[in-house]
Amino acid sequence: MHFEFQVEGGNFSKAGTASSQLKKILKQLNVDARDIKRVVVALYEAEVNVVAHAYNGVIIIDIDTEKIMIQIEDEGPGIQNIDLAMQQGFSTASELVREMGFGAGMGLPNIKNNTDKLTVTSEVGKGTKVHMLINFSI
Amino acid sequence: MKVKQIVELLNARVIVGQNQLESEVGMAFSSDLMSDVLTVETENLMLLTGLANLQTIRTAEMSDINKIIFVRKKKVSDDMIRLADENDMILIECDYSMFKASGILYQSGVEPVY
Repeated sequence: MHFEFQVEGGNFSKAGTASSQLKKILKQLNVDARDIKRVVVALYEAEVNVVAHAYNGVIIIDIDTEKIMIQIEDEGPGIQNIDLAMQQGFSTASELVREMGFGAGMGLPNIKNNTDKLTVTSEVGKGTKVHMLINFSI
Repeated sequence: MKVKQIVELLNARVIVGQNQLESEVGMAFSSDLMSDVLTVETENLMLLTGLANLQTIRTAEMSDINKIIFVRKKKVSDDMIRLADENDMILIECDYSMFKASGILYQSGVEPVY
């Protein structure tokens, strides 16, 4: 199954709508509840990152019986040092993002924690690509 | 402990989700940082927070949390109520500080996550 969602940079009122829709889809597919939580927490963190840092983005999702693959591509400032961004506690988030309860430098580490494979590539001044894979436990 | 007992103990107000009053609460987590909430793997817990915005509800939705107490006299918005209602959540407003509300619940037997 293939799905695509658009993400609007800066629009916190819509942040999480793609994750919410994916959660409903995975429930309908009878995916194990713990797997659903791993997937939607990882995607929600990534979605918030796009809203917090980028101008716009697209989420591309492919699901089969064994796994889910999610690609998040954004147009934005990109990440200067990915190793640093992966470190817990490092953040370049704005005050607004922090007021929303995020920006503590925990997003990417938490995505890594909830996925079986995570790849982050970025070009400064152009944007960032996040690819994540989660194998279903059953 | 039942949600309705917690509402009484905290002298709190149920804003939406009256149908959850009889459900049981075993554990709770107190945080204003949604990033921290998203790292909690425990299921069926109650969230105490002073952060009242739409992302609080979204974070709870992703974390499978359907009981939220807003402390420090924070008010929930109509958008939050709508989203909570869609997700079968109970939202409770409480005038106590996070410390006081958490202390009362801990003393009454609600367990911490860690």
